Amino acid sequence: MSRFVYADNAATTPVSPEVIEAMAPCFSEVWGNPSSQHGKGYEAKAALDDARSRIASCLGCRPDEIYFTSCGTESDSWAIKGAAALMKKKGRTHIVTTKIEHHAVLHTCRALEKEGFEVTYVDVDSDGIVKMDELDAAITDKTALVAVMYANNEIGTVQPIREIAKLAKSRGALSFTDAVQAVGNLEIDLSTLGVDMLAMSGHKIHAPKGIGLLYVRRGVRIANLIDGGGQEKRKRGGTENLPYIVGLAKAVEIAVARIPELDKVREKRDRLIDGLLRIPYSTLNGSRENRLAGNVNIGFEFVEGESILMWLDMAGICASTGSACSSASLDASHVLLAIGVPHEKAHGSIRLSISHETTDEDVDYILETLPPIIERLRELSPLWEDHLKTKRN
Amino acid sequence: MQYSEKVMDHFTHPRNVGEIDNADGVGTVGNAKCGDIMRIYLVVDENDVIVDCKFKTFGCGAAIATSSMATELIKGKTIWEALEITNAVVVEALEGLPPVKVHCSVLAEDAIKYAIADYLKRSGRPVPFELPEDDDDHHGEEDED
Repeated sequence: MSRFVYADNAATTPVSPEVIEAMAPCFSEVWGNPSSQHGKGYEAKAALDDARSRIASCLGCRPDEIYFTSCGTESDSWAIKGAAALMKKKGRTHIVTTKIEHHAVLHTCRALEKEGFEVTYVDVDSDGIVKMDELDAAITDKTALVAVMYANNEIGTVQPIREIAKLAKSRGALSFTDAVQAVGNLEIDLSTLGVDMLAMSGHKIHAPKGIGLLYVRRGVRIANLIDGGGQEKRKRGGTENLPYIVGLAKAVEIAVARIPELDKVREKRDRLIDGLLRIPYSTLNGSRENRLAGNVNIGFEFVEGESILMWLDMAGICASTGSACSSASLDASHVLLAIGVPHEKAHGSIRLSISHETTDEDVDYILETLPPIIERLRELSPLWEDHLKTKRN
Repeated sequence: MQYSEKVMDHFTHPRNVGEIDNADGVGTVGNAKCGDIMRIYLVVDENDVIVDCKFKTFGCGAAIATSSMATELIKGKTIWEALEITNAVVVEALEGLPPVKVHCSVLAEDAIKYAIADYLKRSGRPVPFELPEDDDDHHGEEDED
């Protein structure tokens, strides 16, 4: 295999050398327990506080509003269950979310349904943007939480979070956004965004797997996640993962600083979209304008996504059929079905998620590799055969 | 999904791909909802021997590989011998399939049965075996993580 092109950055990213360098001292020197009452502990506590402050200033919040977790899923799950437990005391037992959330949110909501909560899954339009009138209509005086993702992991569409947060607040509900795909891809300023909670993950922005965070606005007293020691203001006990927290701080700083460079990523994304749409019977899934800088999601009729991925993989190109988390599932993507893509087209959709590291040569290589793969698979496809026959008649 | 070398071989070099215009029997199974559709064409001689067969498949790597292997296994056999080829035989010949993909081999077995039934009907003979029902949910609920 001569070439390697990683176009699955929405699944995970490699840890950047700067992040590794930032973490290294936490293994060799700054290895103390931040809770210890001695020099080694104070040193670790200082590194922890420093990391928290730096992240807070990148996101526009206070350091004490940041709670470190192990991943985006943990943050999602904690935010929703923690808010549900808090609001239940006030007689609010209803959650509003959307049909295109990540499974970390959808399955948490499903779990709460079993505990007696009511959940409304609001529709999105064919562009993949939440229908604000439906969202508005779904909120009642029983609504505890409005949970809408910032940017979708499969089709990259960006939701109007500011308006959603405002709407939730005006109705006495809390708001939460899963920003796992958004941090580093969009300007996020928590001081004006208005959400009560926001989740993010490290490994999507070149920090290691195993670190994430949950922002909780000061004064919002969601239920504890882990009762234990005094870490994370007693809300999530357990000795802090200092090396990864320090790595996360570095990764967030770099990601935020590079936001102005996203125009270059967007150019490459557009070149990919335009080039791939030249393949007959192909469609872009999700809004063209309102999408993440690195997200391409295209459906090819008459072929199936996994077969496309296998050929791409053999050509050294890493892509995905949507969410890596559902690759074991045979069902078509719930996101694509929600935006109205029919089953067979949904099965033939692939996601390419590029990054700052993607080069023009990478884009060229994808553009020359994909068309013959689609052609080859169509030659195998009975649907293509039927289509050609119908066309002839 | 990581596949065996044999599966990869049949996926990258599928045998017996194509359509047969004057086929003696054609079987199409599966549906777009599941993401797999398989069609098998048979040419059968007067002794009920499958002298040629071809396939077309819309589906994942496992679906393509099982179709290819299934056509290899039934070629040259009588239709009665071909009916003995179960999905387990196809899976074994492919040196295994991931559990979540075993349903693809069931689809291949079903496609053969439908093609043979079609041949028997066309030649005015009874179909002395039961045809599997087309089931939307033959793969059941899979756990996601």
